Amino acid sequence: MTSELDEALLRGLAPGVLGILVRRGADFAAAEDAVQDALVEAVRVWPTDGRPRDPKGWLVTVAWRRFLDATRADTARRRREDRVDEEPAPGPAPGLDDTLQLYFLCAHPSLTPSSAVALTLRAVGGLTTRQIARAYLVPEATMAQRISRAKRTVSGARLDRPGDVATVLRVLYLVFNEGYSGDVDLAAEAIRLTRQLAAAIDHPEVAGLLALMLLHHARRAARTTPDGSLVPLAEQDRGRWDTRAIAEGVEILQAALARDRLGSFQAQAAIAALHADAPTAEETDWVQIVEWYDELVRLTDSPIVRLNRAVAVGEADGPRAGLAALAALDAALPRHTAVAAYLHEREGDRATAARLYAEAARQAPTLAEREHLTRQAARLNQGLDAR
Amino acid sequence: MAKYLLLKHYRGAPSPVNDVPMDRWTPEEVSAHMQYMHDFAARLVTTGELVDSQALSPGGTFVRYDGEGRPPVTDGPFAETKDLIAGWMVIDVDSYPRALELAGELSAAPGAGGRPIHEWLELRPFMGVSPTVTE
Repeated sequence: MTSELDEALLRGLAPGVLGILVRRGADFAAAEDAVQDALVEAVRVWPTDGRPRDPKGWLVTVAWRRFLDATRADTARRRREDRVDEEPAPGPAPGLDDTLQLYFLCAHPSLTPSSAVALTLRAVGGLTTRQIARAYLVPEATMAQRISRAKRTVSGARLDRPGDVATVLRVLYLVFNEGYSGDVDLAAEAIRLTRQLAAAIDHPEVAGLLALMLLHHARRAARTTPDGSLVPLAEQDRGRWDTRAIAEGVEILQAALARDRLGSFQAQAAIAALHADAPTAEETDWVQIVEWYDELVRLTDSPIVRLNRAVAVGEADGPRAGLAALAALDAALPRHTAVAAYLHEREGDRATAARLYAEAARQAPTLAEREHLTRQAARLNQGLDAR
Repeated sequence: MAKYLLLKHYRGAPSPVNDVPMDRWTPEEVSAHMQYMHDFAARLVTTGELVDSQALSPGGTFVRYDGEGRPPVTDGPFAETKDLIAGWMVIDVDSYPRALELAGELSAAPGAGGRPIHEWLELRPFMGVSPTVTE
């Protein structure tokens, strides 16, 4: 087995090695396969031969050799079959950072979100197909197909222009939100990839997303009990929040905000920072949080944001104001019923709250949420029955 | 080894013995029930008998083909549908009696008052593959 240090090093080098192969003229799909082969080879021989003095150079050499072998075999086969000898496609113009190009390519708008996520984790993240398949709970053969189709889709794409950063951020955000299942911590992986992106490109929204991830990740240990039950923000043990991650997130956010190019990830990070900043739930600065939600509504016009804003209004101006804000929204929104239940309980209408919590539990999108909401209904019903 | 599907129903199974809706339990009883289910699945992992376990949302839609070039027809959810699956567990066990035993244990999950629910679970054998040697 390679050490964890070696594995982290390898995965950090993977996108750069791939970028070099592509720049030398290798077609993306073949180059990506060659880099995976080189990573596997490193895991095999480094523990016995020792880590090479120039690990990146070693990987480039091995990957390039693999690429040439595969191309030769392929070309020979094709010659036999059609007597056609195709020139390799010209490589993209050098200039843009190799790693950065890969991020753009893997988040290419022609890819579906699930394909972009899988390709990013493999080509930029250096994860194996098996690890990605396990993380997303699909058979390995399915994930292998998803990745090879994605590679074919982007193979013809030109790499000489920067793409839209927003598409890359959406992919990284999707990875982060998948959280933790299997042996790969996707949230931590998303943070690593966003950190790497932030080092490659100077953009306030990239910093905003990194800050948002760090601030959310800092609360992870407090978010669930050992048996997997959800702990709402107000009831979390704040002593279990990761203060180092919070400090880093706040610092990154402040530097981004100072540049005065606000975007939705910075605004969401600002809200997360205000929560992180409160020593107790009661000391939360809800008035400022509502102001940030107003900014978010302006930036995104998302109904989900408006729903979250109604919760914040309920805290800042009282449950009646929150219910008024809620009344303006479509009742079919996900979690609308759960928010209504919460605000009705705050207002003192426990019977309505109990009924709505039970209804919200039936609509819950996850088992953990269903259990949490059922417990809330049970708690209120118990109090009502006791009277 | 033989695979079995353990089906849990929202609707369609006979009423359980301890038939109190979950939001009428105490929060502790809800937690105890969840813990029992987690522990049961975890134990089947250690015995090497768990294949998969999933829960389904109650809402669903019926869909069918509606001819060349037309979008599929959707309908439902139908309130009158008698059978509504809540979730499943797939187990891979040595014998039918072992499958029955496990289904019985799962059905004993605690409910209101901490007493077993005695919920009816549906046990369905998978269609197997033909054995290589048949004579």
